[in-house]
Order: sequence, then structure tokens, then C-alpha cells
Amino acid sequence: ESPEPRYSGPMDSVGRNTPRKEGPARVTGEARYVDDLRFPGMLHGRTIRSSIARGRVTGVSLDFDTTGFTVVDHRDIPGRNLIALIEPDQPALVVEQVNHREEPILLLAHEDRDTLARARVSIAYETAEPVYDPTVSEHVFKNILIEKGNLDRGFERAEVVIEGTYSTGAQEHVYIETNGVIAVPEPGGRMTLYGSLQCPYYVLKALRELLGDAVPDVRVVQTETGGGFGGKEDYPSVIAAHACLLAHKSGRPVKLVYDRAEDMTATTKRHPAIVRHRTGVTRDGRITAMDVEVLMDGGAYCTLSPVVLSRGAIHAGGAYRCANTRIAARAVRTNTPPNGAFRGFGAPQTLFAVEVHMDRIAEALGIDPVTLRMRNALRPGDTTATGQKLGADSSAREVLREAVRRSGFKRKRAKLAGTGRGIGLSLFLHGAGFTGSGEVRLASRAGLETTPTGVRVLVANTEIGQGTRTMLAQIVADGVGVPYEQVEVADADTSQVPDSGPTVASRTCMVVGGILTRCAAEMRERLAGLSPAEHHARHGRLHVEKGYEPHEGRRWDDATYRGDAYATYAWGCDVAEVELDPVTHEARVTRFTAVQEFGRPIHPAMARGQIEGGSAQGLGWALLEQVVMRDGRMANAQLTNYVIPTTLDTPPMDVVMLENHYAGGPFGAKGLGELPMDGPAPAVVNALRHAGLDVRDIPATPEALARAPRLSPTPSENA
Amino acid sequence: MKLNVNGEERTVEVHPMRRLLDVLREDCGLTGTKEGCGEGECGACTVLIDGEPVCSCLVPAVQAEGATIVTVEGLSGDHPLQRALMREIGSQCGICTPGVVLAALELVESPKRPTLERIRERLAGNLCRCTGYEAIHRAVVAAHAERHSS
Repeated sequence: ESPEPRYSGPMDSVGRNTPRKEGPARVTGEARYVDDLRFPGMLHGRTIRSSIARGRVTGVSLDFDTTGFTVVDHRDIPGRNLIALIEPDQPALVVEQVNHREEPILLLAHEDRDTLARARVSIAYETAEPVYDPTVSEHVFKNILIEKGNLDRGFERAEVVIEGTYSTGAQEHVYIETNGVIAVPEPGGRMTLYGSLQCPYYVLKALRELLGDAVPDVRVVQTETGGGFGGKEDYPSVIAAHACLLAHKSGRPVKLVYDRAEDMTATTKRHPAIVRHRTGVTRDGRITAMDVEVLMDGGAYCTLSPVVLSRGAIHAGGAYRCANTRIAARAVRTNTPPNGAFRGFGAPQTLFAVEVHMDRIAEALGIDPVTLRMRNALRPGDTTATGQKLGADSSAREVLREAVRRSGFKRKRAKLAGTGRGIGLSLFLHGAGFTGSGEVRLASRAGLETTPTGVRVLVANTEIGQGTRTMLAQIVADGVGVPYEQVEVADADTSQVPDSGPTVASRTCMVVGGILTRCAAEMRERLAGLSPAEHHARHGRLHVEKGYEPHEGRRWDDATYRGDAYATYAWGCDVAEVELDPVTHEARVTRFTAVQEFGRPIHPAMARGQIEGGSAQGLGWALLEQVVMRDGRMANAQLTNYVIPTTLDTPPMDVVMLENHYAGGPFGAKGLGELPMDGPAPAVVNALRHAGLDVRDIPATPEALARAPRLSPTPSENA
Repeated sequence: MKLNVNGEERTVEVHPMRRLLDVLREDCGLTGTKEGCGEGECGACTVLIDGEPVCSCLVPAVQAEGATIVTVEGLSGDHPLQRALMREIGSQCGICTPGVVLAALELVESPKRPTLERIRERLAGNLCRCTGYEAIHRAVVAAHAERHSS
């Protein structure tokens, strides 16, 4: 019998605001986050941390009755005392050497939280001189040099040379749910780790190293996750390690959930950065040479610093063409808690610098900032600093033109001059997916299987608010040719799903969605006209799994940093309007326009949410969010005095999504998650410049703005 | 101590100074109320006490004795505001959502059309790190329109 061709493909899921796969649980309070879970016999865990930034532990004394307590130190680690990530330098627990404040030394567990909190531990130290200043640090985690053309010749051709140094501060993620996990010992010496996390397989890898043969089978399950933003990329491996050690020793489930202060003092931040620019230009505003130096403060251990630096370095030339470029970047060690992943991953720091620098170049030449950017913006066919030839899906000029038009930039620029208000813009790009050969090394795998009711998506990528499940289900629905309602997404549980790589780097949609598109095409063919449910009923489970395949002709050299740094780029132009309070020196953003091109929005409403939310984080980083370090420790580890934007600090936003499909992405899509973080800070600082303040460092707090040099009234800007 | 939670009289044996947040979550098993900061800054633990939104992390249980408490579990689950937050993606990761729902409820229930200014004032104590608030504002406006249509 010939099957009815009922599933020839509705193809109406992508591009539509389909209902979220999570259903109503998050708005009803039914969604279970890790702190909402309890297991029989569960203990609570606590971490005893160093109170010095550098030195040696010389003695530990437990000043409490240890009855009913589980106590763990480095000697209880069955495998390697290591948080496995890039470099094997970070111990799970201090052996003797302390390298930063709040470094974990001892772990306690008890069934009663109050008893646990009252336990006193004294630690004796021999202290050493800490290094807090990255400019004098002699320990380099990573050096990167990107060279293109001939820098000397470029400066010879220049008629004007402009220099500047720009700095950006640390930033705390402030996911509203703090880091937390529960480790549960299972029969047969196995262990299950439930946690608020972005990358189940990163945690699994770290736990395998830590627990070794003592725990033959480890399983990592993501629970509902109350925000990540990169803050749950690398850190969950640390807290998971601690909970597992306590659970392994006690033989009981152990919950370890940080309170806000511990989360802020102990976990990672955005890398503070200092970026120096020296740029040669002709009088009519053509860039002839760019010399850029990038310095990032990695904190006490390597964590992800080499790759954060890499993304930062590659984006340091901004969205501009320049034949002669040198970008020298380094990440160094200091004695502060390690810095780690945060949305944008190094790019917001370097894009801030180049975009503020561009407005200073425009000012020096007497050219308006739009014309200067339009004249130098990368176009299809141009090559980036690494020598990557850009494809037709490159939209620098398009986003700039639309943002200028949409915001009334030119009119407002003239009108606001000299009023204490200002308008500024930024032009930026963001590479989608892992840098260089990263995706080839990850070799992600993703799969699909039929079920009695439809298709199940098998990926380890996590839903952390951004809509992973929904967006992947849309891609699969149209790929297989089934209604969206018939697609479900498996839980991110390492015992159930293949390693489709981490949920980072704006890669889930483009890279994992891309693998799933290929799985879907094969499944569709093998279904031979049957619906997945019909096929399942007749023939049993149909399973398709595929791995990442790089696009043909893509090349990258890790040694020389030459080649195709990313599969493709998303583009954006932000416009900020600011108002200065002459009494309090507060800068308030009154209106914000974001024009962004990321291929094609799979779910327009969620994409808009990424742009609005990322922009708000960028505005907070620009004006409000200051990590105050005192003696190597965050001194303002409270939401009372580390201030993130509230409803009252967040301006109305005008969001425009331009489409320029990328042939290598699912249904033309690229990555989006990080792009919105790149533009707000330089747009705000350029608006402050327009309002008469010379700002080169963020956060531009009222205290900083009170001290900022005043600029003479805006010189005429000639197009 | 006796508490009226979501219309139900409950008797709990707790220290009078125990945080209402912990009593709700641990003694009553109502985990929809979340802890975000423990110092009354983020609003994730917002509940209604006698109709007013309050941070339950700052309230000792004894202070809520005899009062009427409403948590997110006390809503139908199908309230126009809950549906609008889903539809408009005013809830991304969802951890702030129960607090936002309770803080915004009055805006939706009141016949007066909420202006953007009123919404921003009312929700200024509820931190959301995902949405940039725009989608929450849209959800409140849409929910109000739905609630007062017909």
C-alpha cells in the first residue's frame, strides 16, 4: 500500500511565534529549579574559603562538634584534584597554595542548615604578596598576534594618527537564580548530579577527572536554570565537584546552593580589559593602519581565558576594513577569583574600545561618525583582520543605514548639540559558533528519534531562558515536515542525549540547529511519506544521529591566527540617547534603538527578547555595574550596592531585525545570543561624548562622570 | 502558628522569626516563591500579604500570622497575566516570574489602564536579568486589555 503523503511538510513553524515548549510551568510556579528539589536523607553543603589572596595554608582547625557533619578536604578526592577545562591548573580544593580570596579549602555537610552555618573553622596562613594589577603581571595565560598587511606602510600612508586607551570593568552575571547543584549517590557506586548549568558535558568531563574509577558512572542532569549568561558555563564544574565530593564521602544526597553574596564573591566575572588603539587615517577618513593592544585580567586560574582572549582579539578591529592591521593580545594571571565566560566572551570589551575610538577619530577629522563608519565598514568580499573573506550575508552598511534612519540620528545629533543631552551610536559584528577550529575539535553530535506521538530532539544544549527547546523544535518540525506540536525535546541529561557541545558562543541555533537540519532531512527521507508516529507504530523507533561537519573550504590556522575565524558573523548598530543630570552626574538613557541582522529569526518574539535583554545588560555594564575589589575580594557583593538595571533604568527600546540569510545556517539563521551585548556600552559612551564628556572607561558611574574631562562644544561635523 | 495561604488555613510549627520565604517554601512546600538575593532587592520572593506585594525574605513568619497570604500557586495558572507573560516572552528563564506576577497583579486587576510609567514604577523592585523588561511591560498591557474586555 502506498502511504498517504500527509507529511509532505507544513513548513510553517520557522519564523512563527510558536508556544514555548516549556509550557506554563514557569508562570505558574510549578517549574522546579534546583533549590526546589529535595531528596530523602539530603544534606546541605557549605564551602570554607580562603580569607587571603595569596600564600600557604599552614593549619586547619575545626572549632565545632563534628558529630553529624561530613568534612571533606583535598585528601578525600578519589581522582585528580582538578577542575578540568583547558589548562590543568585549578584545584578543586586547596592543597596548600592559595592563589585568590574565596578559594575553596574545605567542605562541610550537615542535614540541618542552621547547624551547618554555625560551624566555625579556623585556618592559619603564611601570606605572600598578591598581584592585583594585570599590567605588571608576569604570568601570561595566552598571547595572540594577528597580523595583516604591512603596519609600517599603513602608517606611512596615514595623514593623521589617533591614539587612545580604553578600559572596561568586571561584570557580574546576576542570573536571578544563583549557582546550585545537588549530588545524589546512586546504587552501584554511581552518581547523579542535578544542577543549574549551561553545559552538562563540561560538568561530566570535570567530574570524571575528579572522581576517577571510584565512581564508575556519572550522570549530569540540567534542572530548570534561572539564567546563565555564561556564568553557568564553566563555574558549575566547581560547585558540582564540591557537592559530589561531599555526597561520595557521606553516601547521601548533598545540596549545595550559594547565597547571593557567595555567588558574587566566589564565582566568575567578565574579564576586565584594557585596550590601546593607534590608528592611521587619511584626511577624508579612510583607515590605513590599525595597531591594537589588548590586555585581559584572567584572575588566578586559566579557566576559559585563552578563548575569551581569542574572541576579543578577533573582534578588536571592529566592523571595519583595514589593509594593515596588528592586534596583539594577552591574558594574564592576577590573584583575584578567576574570570570566566560572560555573554559576548571578550568581544564586548574590544568592540567598546574600537567604537569609542572611532568617534574620537571622527571628531579629530571633523567628519560625522556615520560617514566615517560608512566609509570604512566591511562589505561582502572584504577581508577581516584574520584574512577571512566575507560573504554576501555581511550587513554592516545596512544595519548602520537603518539605525541612522530609524532613530533620526542626524537630526537629533544637530539638535541636541550643547544641550546636556547627547546621541551616539555603535557598529559591531559578532562571530557565530566556536572560534577557528573550535567546532571541528568539539565534533558535536545531535540526534532525532521517533516516538509514539512524533519526533524527539536529542541534544545536550540547555534551555536557560533563551528558548533553546522551542527554537530547535521549530527547526526540526520544518525539517522533518511535521507540525510543531509533534516535536518534543529530551531533557539535557547526559545519560539520554549525545554531546552536542556547550550552550555558549551563539552556537546552539546555527551549529546544533544545522546538525539537526541534516538529521531531519535524513529522517524525512527514511519516513518515506509516513508520519513519525505511523512509522514508529509500524517499524519501531527510528533514530538518526549526525556529527558536525565544517563547511567546505573553511580554513583556519591556530598557529598564525589566519583564516576563517567564524563560519559567519551577525551585525548590529545601536543608537543611544542620553540625558545628564547636572546635579547628580547621573547619565540616563532615554531611548535606545537596536538594529540587528542575524540571518533569520527562527522565533521572532524570542529573538526580540534576546536583543532587548542583551541590550539591558550592556546598558548596565556601561553605566551602573561596578565590581569594587578590595584586597582581592568583591567588596560590594550585594544587590543593594552592585546595581543592575531595573524597570526604571531601562529605556524604551526600538528593535529592528534585518534579514540576510546565511546559506550555511538552518533556514538561513546565524547566532544571536551574544550580539546584543556588544553595542550598548560604546553607543552610550559616544552619546556622553556628544553631550560633552570625554569618557574612555566603563562603568561610567556618576562618580566617574563627575571627574570626566569636559569637551569643548562639539565641532562642526562635515559629511 | 496559623497562616492563611492561598485561601487555606495552615498550621505550622516554626520559630516566629523564621523568614516567611522559608516557611512557604520548606514548611508549606510552596516552592513557586523564589529566593534571589535574601535582602529585599530583587523581588523574586514577592508574595501578597493582605493584598500588598511584599518581599517574603524580609518578613518574619510571626508578622504574617493572621494575615492573608497569596503566592503564585494561589492563582489559577490561567490568569490573563500568566498567559500574556508566556505569549509575549515576558518570562524567559522564569525565576523572577512568580514575583513579577504578584507584583503586577494589581495593575492588571485594576480597571484603570496601566500607563508605561505606572508599570515601571510598580515593577521597579522586581529584577529581571533576561528580558530587559520590555516584554514584561507588553504582557501587563495585553493582560489588562484581556482582563477588562467585554
